[in-house]
Order: sequence, then structure tokens, then C-alpha cells
Amino acid sequence: MTSPPSASAPPPTKPAIVWSVYDAKTRGLVLQVALLLALGAFFYEIITNAADNLRRQNVASGFDFLGRTSGFDISQKLISYSNSMSFGRAFWVGLLNTVLVAVLGIALATALGLVIGIARLSNNWLIARLATAYVEIVRNVPLLLQLLFWYFAALRALPMPLESHVLGQAVFLNRRGLYLPWPADGSVVVGLIVVVLAGLAGALMYRRRALAIAIETGQRVANAGLYTAALALVPAALWVALGPEWTVEWPAPGKFNIEGGLNIQPEFGALLVGLSVYTAAFIAEIVRAGISGVPRGQTEAATALGLSRGQTLRLVVLPQALRIIIPPLTNQYLNLTKNSSLAVAIGYPDLVSVFSGTVLNLTNQAVEVILVTMAVYLTLSLATSALMNWFNARWALVER
Amino acid sequence: MLRNSIIGNGLFAFAAAVGIVASSVTPAHAQKKTLDLVRERGALVCGVNTGLAGFSQPDDKGDWKGLDVDLCRAIAAAIFKDASKVRYVPLTAKERFTALQSGEVDLLSRNTTWTMSRDTSLGLSFAGVMYYDGQSFMVKKSLGVASAKDLSGASICVQTGTTNELNLADYFRNNKLKYYPVVFEKNDEAVAAYNTGRCDAYTTDSSGLYAERLKLGKLDDHIIFKELISKEPLGPAVRQGDFQWLNLVRWTLYAMLNAEELGIGSKNIAEALASENPQFKRLLGKEGDFGKGLGLENDWAAQILKQVGNYGESFDRNVGEGSRLAIPRGLNALWTNGGLQYSAPVR
Repeated sequence: MTSPPSASAPPPTKPAIVWSVYDAKTRGLVLQVALLLALGAFFYEIITNAADNLRRQNVASGFDFLGRTSGFDISQKLISYSNSMSFGRAFWVGLLNTVLVAVLGIALATALGLVIGIARLSNNWLIARLATAYVEIVRNVPLLLQLLFWYFAALRALPMPLESHVLGQAVFLNRRGLYLPWPADGSVVVGLIVVVLAGLAGALMYRRRALAIAIETGQRVANAGLYTAALALVPAALWVALGPEWTVEWPAPGKFNIEGGLNIQPEFGALLVGLSVYTAAFIAEIVRAGISGVPRGQTEAATALGLSRGQTLRLVVLPQALRIIIPPLTNQYLNLTKNSSLAVAIGYPDLVSVFSGTVLNLTNQAVEVILVTMAVYLTLSLATSALMNWFNARWALVER
Repeated sequence: MLRNSIIGNGLFAFAAAVGIVASSVTPAHAQKKTLDLVRERGALVCGVNTGLAGFSQPDDKGDWKGLDVDLCRAIAAAIFKDASKVRYVPLTAKERFTALQSGEVDLLSRNTTWTMSRDTSLGLSFAGVMYYDGQSFMVKKSLGVASAKDLSGASICVQTGTTNELNLADYFRNNKLKYYPVVFEKNDEAVAAYNTGRCDAYTTDSSGLYAERLKLGKLDDHIIFKELISKEPLGPAVRQGDFQWLNLVRWTLYAMLNAEELGIGSKNIAEALASENPQFKRLLGKEGDFGKGLGLENDWAAQILKQVGNYGESFDRNVGEGSRLAIPRGLNALWTNGGLQYSAPVR
């Protein structure tokens, strides 16, 4: 408990609050309070004003409309829906369509972007130039034009429904889309997806464990690869063989259209391809930057250790590049999700088209509908970022 | 519950904030009468279709032409004695009501169907019926289909947010038929998709089908079904609450109808003005104070007839026999000729 030598000196005086215009702190405080008040007044004014206007104009308000019968049909639905169901149900149909195209688009864009990004760094002159041309062309043409291009190009290139391209009387391709055999009861497919995901999760856990043992003991676990594959595939195979009955519906030509089976509509196809191709160009640049950001010494060291080119890329370069890639990649994922709202131009029934298009127009409750739509996109974006941030934290360099 | 109400309030605040963006100009409007506002501005702002032949479409000189456009011109003639003092705002089906509610336009003269829900819950009032229409279908002749009942299993293109979309669903549900809807935001996109073969049929109001068919090249390749699956009274709409303005729009339409009934048009207006017929005198402002009641001068109807003409003239020149659409008068003939167009008398 020896007091420090300086204790005898007078303690530094705590600056007293001086209420003076010459005091920077006071000025700052006053300004901040004033700004806050002005902001509060601004919001109060516009809120009361808007509420007032709506009331005065006799415009209906509130969220009661969500329970009312919608009366319109939607061309693509992942959950059962008909025109005698509610606006609320139509909302979910639109939302799921948006999520579907966003999730598939992100997966496709990532795969394509990775390939193109690596190709840009290729030593093969032709491959590198082709990849560069792809990036430069796709990145610099507005997305809306590209969507219209894919949509009308697809429509014009394909035959009319009754002159479809046919593959073994089971797969039909025409202007109305791609028709595939599909279980009459869609829920078995959902079950299959769940089982496959569970199998993959199990396989992943097993693989990590086997790797941990190998690192610990210095010996590889016998047949680890085989077991991993088995864990991933067997549950799915069992589900198909022993699960609920599969009554497959085969598409067949009807009077106007191919009837039955699964119809992947051209609107969906064009949107998915358009979004993926466009976003892939940006992802390719991010991948290239990421790979270029890994010091050359790493590659040389890996070569010196005798790793093959593929192994070097897979085991040394990409894991380090990922640290650079992930944060900007998140941005691209968010962009893709938000860009999916351009669907309205080519008639794909996404959330914007169904909810803030048709539903808004039928109920004319613009304030409520736009609010909900914005909240949905915000939620989707925040969820995507949260997921990517978690992923980023896992990949971040752990300093020892 | 507390939590809920806090979230609820927050949401409402946010909602209101959004609303203000849509209606940023309303406070001034709400207190002011639309007529005064139009006078101050020196021009009528009229919400019209983005392009529908015969109803509202710019011609090769960029001047708007059509039946709906003529109503805007007639109102401008009544107010300013100059039918050209109109600013046209082209609106899609989706934008139209918000544009009217927020005060962006003074009236909608945009082939809009008068329905109960629109009249009662959108904060707007319909002033009359400009055109009695009904929904029908257009198909390629090569399809060999002659009736909507034969369209089971067909893909059908339709514009979003219209009564057509709802009627379509109703019709097929009611008749227990199956169809595949393909919904577009803009009419042009829906027609383009129909034309490329994405859909077997395109549906909208019968008049719209005639108009769109003009853009599709050979008329004979497409047939329009005679049967109508709905009734679509198309008329002008204004914001609720301003009765002077509602009257002005309604009586502009009625003046055009009354004039046709009396046989007064742009060609014989000079003789009509000299006539001693009391009905002529009341309509043309030689007797009584009918214009004053609308906030106008008494020669309001005479101006309309001089510059725009009567309903029959406008119909003929835009959609009727005198136009490329060549739609028969049908339901839109005067009541005296077996149609539905009937206007209250000027008295």
C-alpha cells in the first residue's frame, strides 16, 4: 500500500462543467440536443401529417386486409394457394418465391464466380482472356436489360408447347418452360431434402472428427472417405427406398400445354440465370482479388513441399484467400437478393410483384404493404449478413 | 402486450414516414379546392393510360389523343377556355390510385373500372361512365378456339392489379376450368408475351383488346371473343371530399352527352348559339346560371363543344367508325338509340 510518489502533488483537477459558448464541450452538447429535437420534431410532423392525410382522404388503413380473400391467382407457388385464400397467404407465396430464387441464385453465382475468378488468373492465354471478356461485358450491362434479354431470348429460341423438345417422353422443353416428372405429393421432396441435409451434416461431423484423430495420432483413420460418403448418401437412399410412396406424375401434352409434372417456368429460369450470371462477374473479381492477395511465397512454399497445383490451390491458396473474399462476397449476396425484385419486369411472381404489386393495387394500402415489403428485405439482408459474419469469424486468422 | 404495442407504434411511425413520401404534397391540397389549385397552376394535370390506342396515346407529333384524353381537354376548355392547357401524366394500373390520392394528378381519366371497393375504400369518387366495357379474350386464330369456355388448360397473359386479373380468376373458378396465369406489370409486356407465344390468350377489356390488336401486325391472325365475362364501366375518378370538383368533372361528361342528344357539336355550335330552343340556351349558357354553380363561367359547355365536340364526335374520332379501332357504339350509344349512355338534364 505504498502510495505513488506523485501522490503528494496536487491531483489533476477534474474540469468543471463551464456553461459558456466559448467551451467546445458545451457547444457540442447544445448542438447535439438541438439536432435531436429537430429530428424528433421532423419525424413527429411527418408521422402526424401522414396519419392525418390518410384519415382525411378516407383511405382504409391497418392490417385487416391480410385476412381478406385475395381473388387472384399466382403462376408459381411453393405452398398450396388458390384465389379463394387470403392476401396473407399470397404474401407467403411471394416471399418463398423470392427466397427460392435468391438462395439458388447465390449458390449458382458463387460456383460460377469461383470458376471465372480462377480462370482469370490462368496461365492459359485463351481461358484468361475469355474470363476477362465475360467479366467486362456482363459487369457493364444493366441487369434489367440482361434479364429482358434472357427472358425474350429464351422465349424466342424455344418451340411452341405442342412442338416441344422431348427427352424420352419424360422431359419437355418449350416456350412455357421445362417440364420434369415429379412426385404427385410434393412433401416427399421436402422430406428428401431434409434427409439429405441431415446426412451431409453427419458426414461433415464425421470427417472433422477423423481429421482431428489423424492430426492427434499422426495416422489416418482407415477408410474415412468411404464412411463419409456412406453417411452422406445412405440416409437419402433409404428415404427413397423405404420412405413414403413415390407416385411420380409424368408430364404429357394436353390441349394447350404440357400437363402434369413439375413446370420450371421461363420467368423463373430467366431470372435465375440473369441474376447468377450478373452477380458471378462481380464474385469473379472478388475471387481474383482474394487469390492475388495471398503472398506468392505461399505458393512457392507449397510447391517446394511437393504439393500439386490443384492441392496448392485447394489447401494453401483458397483458404487464405477466403479471408479476403468473404466480406465483399457478403455484399454481392445482399445485392443479388435485392436485385431479385427486378423479377417484376419479366412476370416472375416474387414478393415485389405479388405483394407490393398486385396486393397493393387490390387493397391500395400502400403504406402498410410497402412497409411490410421493406421489413422483409431488411430481415432477409440482415439474416444473410449475420450468417456471413459468423462464417467470416470462423475463417478469420486466429492469432496464436 | 407492452412489447407488442411498442413494436406496433414503431411500425406505425415507420409506415407513416413512408406514407409521407407518397403524399408529400397533400397538406396544401387538402385545404385548397382542386379548382382553385388548377387555376393557380394554369393547367389541368390529368392521369392517363401509358398508351392505349383510342383512349390515350401520344400521336406522331407527341400530342395526346383519345377518348379519355378528350375528357381532360373538355375540362380544360371549361375552366380555361383553352383545351390545350392540360399536362398529361401517364400512369400504369399499379400507380394510378396512389397518384390520385397523393395529389400528383387532379383526376384520373384512364379507362378505370368503377367498382364498389374502389369507390368506398380508396378515398376516391367516380364521376360517371365514359365507356361501358366488358372483359374478353384475344387468341391466335390458328388455335381454333372460339369461346372462353374452350380455354381450359390454357396459359393466359394479364396485367397485374386490374379488375381483369380478378375476373379471370373468378371466371375460371366459377366454371371449374383450369388455367395458367402469367402476370405482368405493364400492358405492353403482357401483349409482348402473348405475341411470342408465352400465352395462348391475352385478356383485358374488350376495347383494350381492339386497341392492342392494332399493334400486332395482321389483324386477321387474332380473334377477339364476342362474349364478355364481366361488366367494366370505365370512368373518370377524383379525390373524395371536393364536391365542386366532382361536379365539374361529372357535368363536363354530361354536357358532352347532352350535346350529342340535342344534336349540338363542334360543327354547328355557331348556329346552336343563335338558336331560341330553351334547352340549347341553358346548356350553352344563354339562359340561367349553370356555370356559376360549378365555379365556372356560363359559357363553359359552349367552350367544350367548340374545342372538343360532343360525346358522339369524340367516340367516333377516337374509337368508333372514324378510327382505326372501328368499335361499334353498342352499349355506348345514347339511350335514345338503344344504348346505355344517359345523362341527367341541364335544368
